Amino acid sequence: MLDTFANAEIARQAWPILLAGLGNTLLLSVVVVPLGLLGGLILSVTATSFHHPLVRYPLMAWVDFFRAFPPLVLLILLFAGLPFAGIQITGFACVCIAFFLNTGAYYGEILRAGIESVPSGQTEAARSTGLGRLQTMLFVVLPQAVRNVLPDLLSNTLEVVKLTSLGSVVAMPELLFQARQAQSLTYNPTPIVLAAAVYFVLLWPLVRLLSRLENRALAARK
Amino acid sequence: MAARPVVEARGIHKHFGAHHVLKGVDLVLAERELAFVIGPSGSGKSTLLRCLNRLEEPSSGSVMVDGVDMLDARTDLNHARQRVGMVFQSFNLYPHMTALGNVTLALRKVAGKSSAEADALGQSALARVGLADRAGHTPGQLSGGQQQRVAIARAIALEPRVMLFDEPTSALDPELVGSVLAVMRDLRQSGMAMVVVSHEMGFARNAADRVLFMDQGLIVEEGTPAQIFESPAQERTRAFIGQIQKH
Ligand SMILES: Nc1ncnc2c1ncn2[C@@H]1O[C@H](COP(=O)(O)OP(=O)(O)O)[C@@H](O)[C@H]1O
Ligand SMILES: [Mg+2]
Repeated sequence: MLDTFANAEIARQAWPILLAGLGNTLLLSVVVVPLGLLGGLILSVTATSFHHPLVRYPLMAWVDFFRAFPPLVLLILLFAGLPFAGIQITGFACVCIAFFLNTGAYYGEILRAGIESVPSGQTEAARSTGLGRLQTMLFVVLPQAVRNVLPDLLSNTLEVVKLTSLGSVVAMPELLFQARQAQSLTYNPTPIVLAAAVYFVLLWPLVRLLSRLENRALAARK
Repeated sequence: MAARPVVEARGIHKHFGAHHVLKGVDLVLAERELAFVIGPSGSGKSTLLRCLNRLEEPSSGSVMVDGVDMLDARTDLNHARQRVGMVFQSFNLYPHMTALGNVTLALRKVAGKSSAEADALGQSALARVGLADRAGHTPGQLSGGQQQRVAIARAIALEPRVMLFDEPTSALDPELVGSVLAVMRDLRQSGMAMVVVSHEMGFARNAADRVLFMDQGLIVEEGTPAQIFESPAQERTRAFIGQIQKH
């Protein structure tokens, strides 16, 4: 058993390969999370600033569409489909676009809820002192909005980091992809077990932080 | 030449959909004048104040503040709003900033002051409302009365030509009302033109030049505090005064 799932020799051999994968997972995360946040920011600020039906409904449709669309399908569609449209892009670019669309929609909904949770009196006070719409959003509304939905933002970020493993299907050499490479080289599942452990070590502090934030939010509500 | 009024609002109408909330209101405020507005809930007092700095878009009418046409599309509204300070019933301080941060935000972002200048001006505004020692406190660490005084400081730091108060003491515990009224009295003595919507009759009696009674979107009657409180001409005014004096 131990020889199969936790073979020390194989773990030693696979380690450098996994490490390269971990580096790519981290790199992917630090690119994809800000991209998603940027997408979410654009969506939520637009949605809460313009109430015209011509803005509102297309935006709602956009968000609904990309939240309903399975990210794996989206990714494969981009990767397999874009070359047919004459567009040659790397797996990395595909992942970036897919995450911008998918996680942007999720971050967008979270941020929209955050912005709407800030009392309108805040905006009125800011505007009455002469701050413009954008300044009011930036300096008064958004800081409070983010604070109000911090647990949700963090929880979504956790999901995004996990979802970077989807990159493996478009040959992005991230952690899971590398682990599977090592597995097929060694004919042993130990690298996958090791990868799972690495994911856990990577994400566990975030999970703890999230729990603490959630408990604090609960306590504040009482 | 007669001095130009600080505020000159004429024929203000406001509709919310089918709801006709202001039905042709005139409000002219001279330099150093304090106009005190009373009236039943829902009579349009807040809406009137909010039309003066265009937080609410009047359906028709004209609003001039310090000679600037507030409703003209060519007017730089954000610039013009610095001339009109507003204080709200619920304070509306920014909870994520310190008292000083609240006061200096617009100084930095609208008036274009450097951080050092803004801090100095902010400190002196806080000193004027008696809160120099609370600059580093966040709103959550301040009492309601202190929060409202920070809100006043936030407005006066921009050196407005007129201050609008919308029930500034209505959300306060009774023992905290006095400190806010004291600051307002101070402000009045310094010559600030003010429009005050409030139920504080005592304050009106010794600080107001004029009392306006609003009902159902119209100014029904106006006069000196003595006239309005002791011998109102209109039946509606008398009924309203009688009602609030019972409390
Ligand atoms: N944003 C709004 N949308 C629709 N109706 C409003 C709005 N603001 C105020 N009103 C209505 O206008 C009327 C006057 O309100 P307001 O000016 O707040 O009165 P007051 O301050 O004298 O109590 C009320 O009937 C109120 O419901
Ligand atoms: Mg009101």
